[in-house]
Parts: sequence; C-alpha cells; structure tokens
Amino acid sequence: MIDAIDYQLIAAVQTGLPIAARPYAAIAEQLAIAEQDVIERLARLKTLGLIKRWGVVVKHRQLGYRANAMIVMDVPDDRVARVGALISQQACVNLCYQRPRQGEIWPYNLYCMIHGKTRDVVLEQWAELRHACNLCEYPFEVLFSRRCFKQRGALYARPIANGDGAVPCIAGESRAEEIKNKQSFGMHA
Amino acid sequence: MDAIDKAIINRLQQGFPICAAPYQRVAEELGLVEAELLSRLQTMLADGVLSRFGPMYHAEQMGGALTLAALKVPGERFDEVTEIVNSFPEVAHNYARNHLLNMWFVLATEQPEQVATVIAEIERRTGLRVFNMPKISEYYVGLQLEA
Repeated sequence: MIDAIDYQLIAAVQTGLPIAARPYAAIAEQLAIAEQDVIERLARLKTLGLIKRWGVVVKHRQLGYRANAMIVMDVPDDRVARVGALISQQACVNLCYQRPRQGEIWPYNLYCMIHGKTRDVVLEQWAELRHACNLCEYPFEVLFSRRCFKQRGALYARPIANGDGAVPCIAGESRAEEIKNKQSFGMHA
Repeated sequence: MDAIDKAIINRLQQGFPICAAPYQRVAEELGLVEAELLSRLQTMLADGVLSRFGPMYHAEQMGGALTLAALKVPGERFDEVTEIVNSFPEVAHNYARNHLLNMWFVLATEQPEQVATVIAEIERRTGLRVFNMPKISEYYVGLQLEA
C-alpha cells in the first residue's frame, strides 16, 4: 500500500509546496528520487484519499471573514442524515457533521459552520437556510467564536503507522527531536 | 490584494495540478504568465494572506484521529485553562465561543487511542470535564472562501 518513500514524501510536502517552476522536481531532489516518481506517488495518495485535496490554506480573517459561526441543532436521529445532506447543499455551509449529544447541557447532534464577513450576514444566511431547509421545528443555537487562541493544521511528529504496524521514522528518535520536527498539516475535524 | 490575487486564491482553493509544471498550467488558466503567478504567491505567503500551500491530509486515512471537544470553563479560570489546553501539541484549534460550553478545541492525534489519553490528561490538569464529540457522520467538508 503505502511504503517508506510515500511517508517521506508526505513529510516533505506537508509544510507546503515550493513556489518554483518545477516544484515536484525540488521535492524529488530532496528525497533523491525522480520527479516523475514524486508526481505518480502524489497522484496515487490523492486517489487513495490520504490527500483530501490539494490547495491553498487561506487565513479567514485576512480575507475579511471575521464572523465564524458553529450552528448546532437537535434533530431526531431518524432524520439527521436527511437533514445533514440537505443542509450540505446550501452554498453558505462550509462544514456539516453529526456528533453525539452530551446530555442536558448539550442536546445537539447536527453541526454546521458558516463563515461570513459579519455576524449580521451570517445570521441572515442562517435565517434563509432554516427557511429553505424547513428546519424551524428543530431547537438550535448559534455559537460565534469570540477569540481564536490557536489555529493551525494538525501535527504529526513522524509518519503514521501503517496497517502492519511498521512505522518508518523520519524525524529524530528522541521525543524532543520529534517535536522540533513537527510540521503542519491542514485539516478539518 | 487586487482582483488578480483574488482570482488566484479562488482558483487554488479548488485544487492544484499534479504535473511537471503545475504553476504554468494554473497561470495559463488564469491568463497570467507563470513568473507573475509565482511572485504573487510568494507575496501572499509573506504577507500572511495564505498560511500554506500544499496538501490537506485525511486524518483517519492517515491512521490518525480527530475529535472536537469542549470545556465549561469558569470565567475567572479562562486564561489559565487556555494556557493548559494550548500547551498540548495535539490541540490543533482552540476557540472561545458564546455558550456555557465556552471553550471548543480540535484534537488531532497520530493514533486513535491517543485521543482518550490526551483527554484524560487535560481533565487531570484542568480539573474540568472534557465533553468529547467525535464525528458520527460527515455530510460535507468543502471549506472554500471566496476572496
């Protein structure tokens, strides 16, 4: 499936692709493999779904998206899949998940995110969405983020173990070394 | 940021070619010369408009795990608890939100069993219960913001 070179490749591109005419050749040189090999392996990782997508990671706030709302609803379990699918078709919805309820303090099981330039715009989009998807009967809350303390991709110190438990190690052996070598992955939970 | 920068961001959020001269291909699509695309990308990275340009990995396919978790933090302890939570390298995002559950963070671990370990450790160090909300179903992930 995934071999040691694939893991090295994942580690080599995780902080970002070089901005140069032949970016994959630059990566190939680092790994001492052929450019065409890099291209084929990345294409394969994408086909296999390990790379979800390949693109730019924008900073929301820099683009003027200052309002970030997590909207949560309590939808009966037998309807949640249908409602989730329906909401996901709306252009303003960026992410949509079902998650477990947490008792009285948190009776919600369906989550969607709307990013907007202002809170008013987000609330307007939510009002339209509720109407368009017939969500009026479901209890909901809109949680805006007040402060962002930390925002980065997930980190991996070393390649992930594959199915047979082999863990090729790229970063150093010591924990301190691993932490120093941590790189950033872009990812949504 | 001008109209060309915005067009570049919008185009690249949709993906990037995996071929020998990918910037050349994107530049052609946008009606630019490659050198201009490269220099604009460099500027946007340097200015912090773009945080990174590369792959988005699929955590579970990579063998790792992700979860969303929340804490109900007493107001006077907010800064102290923030510091504790952020000190965990597994915490990828952490947001304050307007609810009784007022701190929301994403945990990303290399191996699935580490989620429980990290949660137990956060509970031990903060003395607060962590509400763990791993996804049951994913209906949509398509975070693209029009520049």
